[in-house]
Amino acid sequence: MRIDIPFIVDHLPLLWQGMKVTLLLTLLGIVLGIALGALLAIARLSGIRPLTVAAAAYVDLFRLLPLLLIIFWVYFLLPLWLGRPIGGFYSALVSFVLYEAAYFSEIIRSGILGIRRGQINAGLASGLSYAGTMRHIVLPQALRNMLPVLLVQCINLFKSTSLVYVVGVNDFLMAADVIGTKDNRLIEMYGFVALVYFTACFLASLAVNRLQRRYAL
Amino acid sequence: MIAIDKVSKWYGRTQVLADCTTAVARGEVVVVCGPSGSGKSTLIKCVNGLEPFQQGSITVDGVSVGDKATKLAKLRARIGMVFQSFELYPHMTATENITLAPIKVLGRDRVEAVARAHALLERVGMREFADRYPANLSGGQQQRVAIARALAMEPIAMLFDEPTSALDPETITEVLDAMMALAQDGMTMIVVTHEMGFASKVAHRVVFMDGGRIVEDAPKAEFFDRPHSPRAQAFLSKILRH
Repeated sequence: MRIDIPFIVDHLPLLWQGMKVTLLLTLLGIVLGIALGALLAIARLSGIRPLTVAAAAYVDLFRLLPLLLIIFWVYFLLPLWLGRPIGGFYSALVSFVLYEAAYFSEIIRSGILGIRRGQINAGLASGLSYAGTMRHIVLPQALRNMLPVLLVQCINLFKSTSLVYVVGVNDFLMAADVIGTKDNRLIEMYGFVALVYFTACFLASLAVNRLQRRYAL
Repeated sequence: MIAIDKVSKWYGRTQVLADCTTAVARGEVVVVCGPSGSGKSTLIKCVNGLEPFQQGSITVDGVSVGDKATKLAKLRARIGMVFQSFELYPHMTATENITLAPIKVLGRDRVEAVARAHALLERVGMREFADRYPANLSGGQQQRVAIARALAMEPIAMLFDEPTSALDPETITEVLDAMMALAQDGMTMIVVTHEMGFASKVAHRVVFMDGGRIVEDAPKAEFFDRPHSPRAQAFLSKILRH
């Protein structure tokens, strides 16, 4: 068996098209997932009973369902309700945001809960409002504490995006699969995909370790 | 200046404060002592509204703390507080710790706030540590920065919640010295502490608490020489034996 390196090089532009979709899904998933996750965390910490219960129920529900199932739900069942199909890309994006938000919210919540009550008291005692105490004292510390876990979750999301394969989105893995199948070069393609995912995730986790050491309070 | 009138507080069904009544005049230094769990920390946290109470009233400079209409943040900005575990903000330098509230709450100019912070650090003997982070300061040094931070708001009164309980014996003195200097400058102070040496030197009055009640409230000399209640007598004999 011979590994055909030039074959990979020739197809790099096509693979890059797929990678752009993967990166876009990851980026949007992170930004929107964290935004929704932050709202859920705030709702859960608000102390307002209906909000707390609703947010907790949401988080538990989505953490107990397989991601793939959620993708199927959004792809096949959401259109029935909306009255029109939303396509693979948006189905996948909505699924990722809904699913990841549950995890992000737990990370953010525990980051905030990790700040001692005394810190909040100190802020309040100095005359800052509750919001001011959150903004200047709690959140900067919480963010530092949760940054490593947050980044690990982002790496997971990056890997999970390959699941969009099932709803026919032309992401990095799908592009490689199409090219490999067409010319019977699956070994080169799957190998290359593995190498790229591994390298990217490995570098990212190295960065996480660095951050962890640098910001350890 | 501070009037505490028949204050009672419950955590669920457990009563932690029962009918506490006392008053602190302008320029007076009152030491609150008693066994742990007697409610002394809870009582001073009620004074600036960090802990809510269900019955009674507390007024500070004529403002009612328990009143729903009272803007607590506004009142708290005028009362300094020093905590047992310092509670400096770990992500800010000593100077930033001190300037945060003056800039954000009082709207002070940054340059002016920093200059004032440096002057306050000088006052507590910490000027050379202005740019250090709390993690790089000893407990006693952190507590002195915390005192400077409270003073930066130009408070009308200061609350100390066991300010030396978390400190090594050798650093306790430096904090007590800073507090004594403050008392001599005429600051109104409520100090929860076990430091009876400090109480006997600086306090005007001593309040002794047990089981959520104020058991004794007497001028310093009277408290140390002729405590009325058996519980205060027992407490004093235990704490002063050494």
